[in-house]
Amino acid sequence: MFNFFSTQNSLRPGMLVLGLMLFAGMILLTGCSEASSQQTTQVKLVLTGSSTVAPLVAEIGKRFESLHPEVRVNVQTGGSSRGVRDAREGLADIGMASRDLKPSEQDMQSFLIAHDGIGIILHKSNSVAALTRQQIIQIYTGKITNWKTFNGKDRSIVIVHKAEGHSTLELFLKYFKLKNTQVKPSVIIGDNEQGIKFVAGNPDALGYVSIGAAEYAEKHGTPLKLLPLEGVPATTAAVQQKRYPFGRPLNLITTNQPSEWAVRFIAFTQSTEVDDLVKDFHYVPIH
Amino acid sequence: MKQRQASRWKSQLGKLPLQISALLSGLIVILILGFLIQQAWPALSEVGVLRLFSDGTWNPTEQVGGASFGMTAMLLGTVFVAGGAILLAAPVGLAIGLFMRFYAPRWLASPYRHVIQLLAGIPSVVFGLWGAVVLVPLIGRYQPPGASLLAGILILGMMILPTVALLAETAIASVPAEYIRASVALGMTRTHIIGKVLLPNAMPGLMTAVVLQTGRAIGETMAVLMVCGNVVQFPGSVFDPVRTLTANIALQMGFALDLHRAALFGSGLILMSLVVVLVWIGHHIQAAQEGSHG
Repeated sequence: MFNFFSTQNSLRPGMLVLGLMLFAGMILLTGCSEASSQQTTQVKLVLTGSSTVAPLVAEIGKRFESLHPEVRVNVQTGGSSRGVRDAREGLADIGMASRDLKPSEQDMQSFLIAHDGIGIILHKSNSVAALTRQQIIQIYTGKITNWKTFNGKDRSIVIVHKAEGHSTLELFLKYFKLKNTQVKPSVIIGDNEQGIKFVAGNPDALGYVSIGAAEYAEKHGTPLKLLPLEGVPATTAAVQQKRYPFGRPLNLITTNQPSEWAVRFIAFTQSTEVDDLVKDFHYVPIH
Repeated sequence: MKQRQASRWKSQLGKLPLQISALLSGLIVILILGFLIQQAWPALSEVGVLRLFSDGTWNPTEQVGGASFGMTAMLLGTVFVAGGAILLAAPVGLAIGLFMRFYAPRWLASPYRHVIQLLAGIPSVVFGLWGAVVLVPLIGRYQPPGASLLAGILILGMMILPTVALLAETAIASVPAEYIRASVALGMTRTHIIGKVLLPNAMPGLMTAVVLQTGRAIGETMAVLMVCGNVVQFPGSVFDPVRTLTANIALQMGFALDLHRAALFGSGLILMSLVVVLVWIGHHIQAAQEGSHG
C-alpha cells in the first residue's frame, strides 16, 4: 500500500514538468512568430497568381530586395484567376496574370511586364514535325487518337491538358475555339513545370505550355520540342517580332489604389534594369 | 495531512495544462468541422447534397448550360487509390514486420529497422516527384498515358508501407511471450505459431495500423496530384487517370469563387466523413476481435 502511494507521488512532479513544458512551448511558439515578424521585415509585398509569371517575378523580387533591404517579396503561384482574385480582395498586394484582363475584371488595372506565347510541345523523339490547327483540334477532341495518322509511331496520343484557373488553358480554348467539356484529356497538369516534366518523360505526349518556359527547359537539356504554329516557329524571336500567332502578355495586376511599395515594385519590373532577367527566362522584354 | 494536500495541489496543477491540451485538440476537430459546414453551406443548401453525388460531371465553372457538381467520380478515385494502396501495403507490411521480428538474423534486424524508419520519414512530395519522373514514364511505356490509378496506388502504397510495417511489428511484439513459449512447448511449428497464435492476438494492433494508414492515404494530396493524371472520370482500368478529392481541392482552391468554393469545402466534408467511417469500422473490428478473444 505504501509503495503504491509513493510511486504515485514520484510521478506527479514529472507530470507537472511535462504539463508546464507543453504549456510554455505553446506560448513560446506563438510569441516567437510575432517577435520575428516584427524584427526582420518592415514591408512585405505579397504577389500571387500565374505560374508562368511567378518564377520571373521571384527573381525580380530578389533583385528588388537587395536594392531595398527593408522589403520582403513573397511570390506564390495558383493561376492567373487567383492572381486577379487575390489582388481584388486584398489578399495579395499585386496579382500576376499571363493574359489580359477580362471584361468582368475592368475594375482592376494591369501593367505589362513581358511578352510570351503558348507553344505546342512534343517529346524530342517524336518524329512528327508539324500539326495544323485543325489537326490539333481533332486530337484534343478525341477524333484522332494515334500518332500513326501523322506517320508517327503506332502509339496512342497522350493529351496533356491544363487544370482550370490557368490562363494558358483559357487562351488555348479561345485560340482553338474549343469548349473545355469537348476536350478529352489523358492527363491534367497544374503549372508549366509539371507539363514540361510530363511531356519530357512521355514520348507519346502532346501538350501546350508557355513558350518561354519550354524554350528555357529545352536549352537546359530537357528532351522536348516546340512545334511551329500556322507555319511560324514557336520561338521567343517570333514572339518578339509579333509573327507568332499565339502570343500573350504577362501582366501584374492591382486595384486602382495600389500601395506605395507596390507601385515602386511595378515600376522596377517595367524598367530596363530587369531586361536581362526577362531574357534569362526566355520571355520578351517590353522595351 | 498538509503534505498530502500540497502534493494534491501539485498534481492538480500538473493536470491542468494536460487537460487544456486535450481539450484544445478536441476543440480543434469540432471547430474544423463547424468551419467546413459553414463554408460548405451555400453548396449544401443551393446545390443540395444529393447533386454532389448525382451530377454526372464536375464542371463548377461552366457558364453555358449550368454548372454541375458531381463528385462521385472523384470520391471513387479517392477510395480506389487509398484502398489499392492499403491492399498493397498491408500484406507486405505485415510480412516485413514478421521478418523483422522472427526471421531476420540478429545482425540484420536492427539496421533493417532503421532503413524502414528512414523510409517512413521521406516527405510525400519526394515520393511524388520520383513517381512523376520515373514511375509514370515507366508505366506509360506499356500503357499510355502512364499517369494513372496504378501509379497512385503504387506511390501511396510505398509511402504508407514503412509505417504499416513498423506498427505491425509493434503489434506482433505486444503478444505476450508466454503464449509463444507455450506454443513452442506444445510442439507447434513456427508457421503454425504465427498463423494460429500470433496473428489472431496481434489483430487489434494490425487493424489500427491499417485504419490509420488508410486515413493517411485518403488525405495524401501532393504525391497523388503528381502521378494520377487528374482527369475527372470513372476509371475503366488501373491504367486510366483519376482525380482524387484532395487533388481537386489543391488544383482549384486557389481560384474558386462562390458556389464552386463552397462545393470544394463540401468535398472536404466528404473526405472527413470518409475518415470518420473508417475510424468507426476500425473500432468495430477491434471491439469484435477483443470480444471473441475474451
